[in-house]
Amino acid sequence: MTPSAVRSLLFIVAFLAAMALLPAFIRSEFWLTFLILALYTASLGQAWNVLGGFGGQYSFGHAMFFGVGAYAAAVLQVRFGINPWVTLGAAFVLGGATGAMVGALTFRYGLKGSYFALVTLAFAEVFRVLANTFEFTGAGVGMMIKLAPGAANFQFVAKTGFYFTILSIVAAGLMVAWWLKHSRFGAWLTAVRENEDAARALGVDVFRVKLGAITLSGAMMATGGVFYVQMFQYIDPPLAFGAGISVEALLVAIVGGMGSIFGPLIGAFTLALVNHTTTELIGRAPALSMALYGLLLIVMVTFLPNGLIGGLASLARRLGLRQRSGGDE
Amino acid sequence: MLEPQILWPALLNGLTMGAIYALIALGLTLVYGVLHIINFAHGSLLMLGLYAVFFLFKFWKVDPYVALLALVPGMFALGYALQRLVIGRGSHGKDENILLVTLGLSIIIENLALHFFGSETRQIETAYSSAMVNIAGASLTVPRVAASAGALTCCAILWLIMARTDLGRAIRAIAKERQGARLVGIDVEHIFAMSFGIGLACLGAAACFLLPAFYVSPQVGHTFVLVAFTVVVLGGMGSFVGSLVGGFAVGVVESFGGLMLGESLGQIGVFVIFIAVLLFRPSGLFGHKV
Repeated sequence: MTPSAVRSLLFIVAFLAAMALLPAFIRSEFWLTFLILALYTASLGQAWNVLGGFGGQYSFGHAMFFGVGAYAAAVLQVRFGINPWVTLGAAFVLGGATGAMVGALTFRYGLKGSYFALVTLAFAEVFRVLANTFEFTGAGVGMMIKLAPGAANFQFVAKTGFYFTILSIVAAGLMVAWWLKHSRFGAWLTAVRENEDAARALGVDVFRVKLGAITLSGAMMATGGVFYVQMFQYIDPPLAFGAGISVEALLVAIVGGMGSIFGPLIGAFTLALVNHTTTELIGRAPALSMALYGLLLIVMVTFLPNGLIGGLASLARRLGLRQRSGGDE
Repeated sequence: MLEPQILWPALLNGLTMGAIYALIALGLTLVYGVLHIINFAHGSLLMLGLYAVFFLFKFWKVDPYVALLALVPGMFALGYALQRLVIGRGSHGKDENILLVTLGLSIIIENLALHFFGSETRQIETAYSSAMVNIAGASLTVPRVAASAGALTCCAILWLIMARTDLGRAIRAIAKERQGARLVGIDVEHIFAMSFGIGLACLGAAACFLLPAFYVSPQVGHTFVLVAFTVVVLGGMGSFVGSLVGGFAVGVVESFGGLMLGESLGQIGVFVIFIAVLLFRPSGLFGHKV
């Protein structure tokens, strides 16, 4: 491992250790829920980041993987009585398989850029219509998970159980991002993002690299869906496959910084704070918070295309850290 | 199921809706053909237009067809300003960035509408709302017939502008060869914004024709945006004839899809066309190879 890889690994471990200690100091249920939801959003953003940030393939339909995971958990529990922890594994596999299927179709035919974004959105809509139609998935009514409190049923009585579960999912996501930063596969993926033709000319198997990224991304996104179902015990087609989840996933990654390890986390906590502040100032107005998110998206793409992380880095460079970077780069 | 007394009205329904789709898609395809950008906020901007028509009618009793006089110039000005002030700045030379900026716009518009107008579905009641005409045994409401006639008229006017005016020539020149157009003295930024303005003017007209036969809610933009993209992709990005044919085709598919597969599953037809065209024939029916 290179020194920079070791350094960022140590940083990740230190961050996770600090986060693991945090519940010991938090007495309020409100702030614990705040942390859980922010981490949950970060996990969705990290899933999007694998494909969109590292691979440069912007998906507008990541809700399809989320929904596949959510419905896998709900259907397997309600219809077959399977333990929710087992459905987590099943959702991971099914999410990955959905990613592989969509990726095989779209990348085989060379869809990229805006067309890829739109076609993923259409796929998510197809899933929404299907889930809305069949009795098997509860159709338009949605599905409710039976109340069965207990850690063995992935329904924690204490909120800390959900906290440590989502923290583990986030930790796994951070490790994936770290691996992408410092592995050969990650280098291929970044090469594809920067210049597909050049990457192909250098011998990168562009199709397989993209396929790997969307499979991994889909599997990660599906675990977020399972967590949602266990936390709220209910799912319906617009919640699972609607545009809201897709937007949330891409938004936190873009706001925080695409293609960086901690970008989705920073984006998720920023959005959670923005949401909290607007609620404090003007009362509960979820639509206004969403509108603010949209504004943030435009501002970020226009003025800070590398997200908050990129903005902080260039700020640091401007503030006298410049003399160091001269030789390094 | 396949009796003519059911199929014929379904076909007519599909065709009249298809004319509106064509008009909406024309604005989208014009913007794509000239600026090479995909305007994801197209549906939300249509929703904004529909609300404008609705409130004009509700508060000042302005007939939707009279509202054309306000909506077309109003939406044109909005489009010109949006392109100049917001969309043109965010691209950094990457098309995906425009998609993200317009996605941001659509989120803002949709949620502001949700906040201020509420989520309920609204309709207007005019003297002619439920008047019917009979076409070879199929009954259609007057607003529907007027909508398709109006949409086709708008298409014809747009075609005339593109074919016969200096503005149209400048737009076509930029669509073909951006640098060359700049060299012969065309103000490219101005024409970009004009094209975007015209695209939205089409939406303004579509909103006036659509509302008497349809409804408005904050989510309506989302319904239309994928339909509009399907029409444009099916016809071929940037192709005018393609938009017309695509609009009718999508309208008919939707109508028959609802008839044969039922209310819920019937919606799937449009999305499946969209995916299939993008995968197997991304240049569409009338488009050039990309």
